[in-house]
Amino acid sequence: MALLEVKNAGITFGGLKAVSGFNMEIREGELVGLIGPNGAGKTTSFNLLTGVYTPSEGDIIFNGKRLNGLAPYQVTRSGISRTFQNIRLFGELTVLDNVKVAYHSLAKNSILSSILRLPRHFSEEKIMEEKSLEFLEIFGLDQYKDELAKNLPYGQQRRLEIARALAAGPKLLLLDEPAAGMNPQETHDLMELIAFIRKQFGLTILLIEHDMQLVMGICERIYVLDHGQLIAEGTPEAIRSNPKVIEAYLGEEVASDHA
Amino acid sequence: MKKAKQFLLFLVLSLVVYGVIQYLIQTGMLNPFYSNMIISITINVILAVSLHLVIGITGQFSIGHAGFLAVGAYVSAIVTMQWEMPFFVALIVGGVVATLAGLVVGIPTLRLRGDYLAIATLGFAEIIRITFLNIDYVGGASGMQVSHLTTWTSAFVCLFITVLVISNFTNSRHGRACIAIRENEIAADAMGINTTFYKVAAFALGSFFAGIAGGLYSHNFYIIQPTNFGFLKSFDILIFVVLGGLGSLSGAVISAVLLTVISTFLGEFPETRMIIYSVVLIVVMLYRPQGLMGTREITDLFKRSTAKGGN
Repeated sequence: MALLEVKNAGITFGGLKAVSGFNMEIREGELVGLIGPNGAGKTTSFNLLTGVYTPSEGDIIFNGKRLNGLAPYQVTRSGISRTFQNIRLFGELTVLDNVKVAYHSLAKNSILSSILRLPRHFSEEKIMEEKSLEFLEIFGLDQYKDELAKNLPYGQQRRLEIARALAAGPKLLLLDEPAAGMNPQETHDLMELIAFIRKQFGLTILLIEHDMQLVMGICERIYVLDHGQLIAEGTPEAIRSNPKVIEAYLGEEVASDHA
Repeated sequence: MKKAKQFLLFLVLSLVVYGVIQYLIQTGMLNPFYSNMIISITINVILAVSLHLVIGITGQFSIGHAGFLAVGAYVSAIVTMQWEMPFFVALIVGGVVATLAGLVVGIPTLRLRGDYLAIATLGFAEIIRITFLNIDYVGGASGMQVSHLTTWTSAFVCLFITVLVISNFTNSRHGRACIAIRENEIAADAMGINTTFYKVAAFALGSFFAGIAGGLYSHNFYIIQPTNFGFLKSFDILIFVVLGGLGSLSGAVISAVLLTVISTFLGEFPETRMIIYSVVLIVVMLYRPQGLMGTREITDLFKRSTAKGGN
């Protein structure tokens, strides 16, 4: 059974169909790419999956559970977590605290226990601290743990965002343009990091990316969106030579030349 | 262990401050003018710290804090004057009713992102003021007679509890959730934090302590009038928090103390007071836009200075 199943999902803003008839199936352990020209609806479909928008049609089924209409925090708790196209770290919090925030929903002590400083508060805080430090170590960020997140270099901020998303304990990780603004070396490191976390945490990953080298290099299957419609689906090789995809990216004339 | 030591230091310091001032008041070395000023300072610090939780920590812009102050003040005055119950019961009832008022305003508006809370609280404070103005049971425009029950001891105990509760809340996973909401609400939501719940919780907690401050406030004067709780009062509290530095509890405390002292000494010239307030605000905005303390706390400065001393 598929881990994530999107059936005919779509959303309209007023009269504009931003995404429509969106079908997707991701099996456990897969690494899937979602590509498309600017404005194709990639981030919008991410927002549909994570509960930022409620789909106006269709169904999103994750792990046997229908996600339509859940708030983003509920979607996260059921096992989907994400990073953002434009980095959204908690800038004024330290690197360690950023990861701790993601652990928040896994801790169980009440507000009252924290205010009264009951033993429960200390035990939960201790677990949170230890686990967060473990995560920072895995990502090689432990040396920065007391730095404010906003003071990290750009590449490290991207890493921290991924670390934070993983700390929320997802089964499915959504990466929204993780390589945006990275130089070739950083992109290369990122590819290794994605392969590593996938193995280490047994993750299923869906990523949006413009960097074709990265997408073709690591994705097993690729979905292509254009004008809010799914136009192709398949292995990187099949996508590369698909005339519809070439048309969407390069225009019709070039496509016919190419063929 | 280090935290236990810090708490012990905080406890000892507060006991010393309490003891010294209590001694000065009892031996009559502080005349009523000064002891009254000290109680006003205490009340203003409670207000500043409670608003700090809403604006500085959770990042929700509330500009009607005087509304909750008014609710606490009137409700607790009714409890002691009309129902003749003990003072501490009045304080708690005042706080609880202010919390309920906070929930009524907070639940519908905090579900939304953006500045709706500012508009709603501004309107709420005015509604509260005008409601009390038109209720004869609490004296209407001419005000309500309240006996003087607030003492240095009761004010200090309330202040101590307020600071302890709010700093404990802030330094826990719940406080981190609130700061995450302030820093980036969309990301906080995506990290599994129920943002509406935490915004409402912080707002309700802030309203509770504003209500407690209201109880102390009404029993510190012999009369309360709706005009005491106008927009300018909300504005005063807002200035404490902004001047101290958004996100800094010690900053809010320091600026509340400083500004209360300044405004007490300028009390005879209310017009000058407002001019000085404006000048102070403009100067801070120009030279220290992050406020007196920025987002740091006194304890951070201490840590930094000892760390530097080691080098």
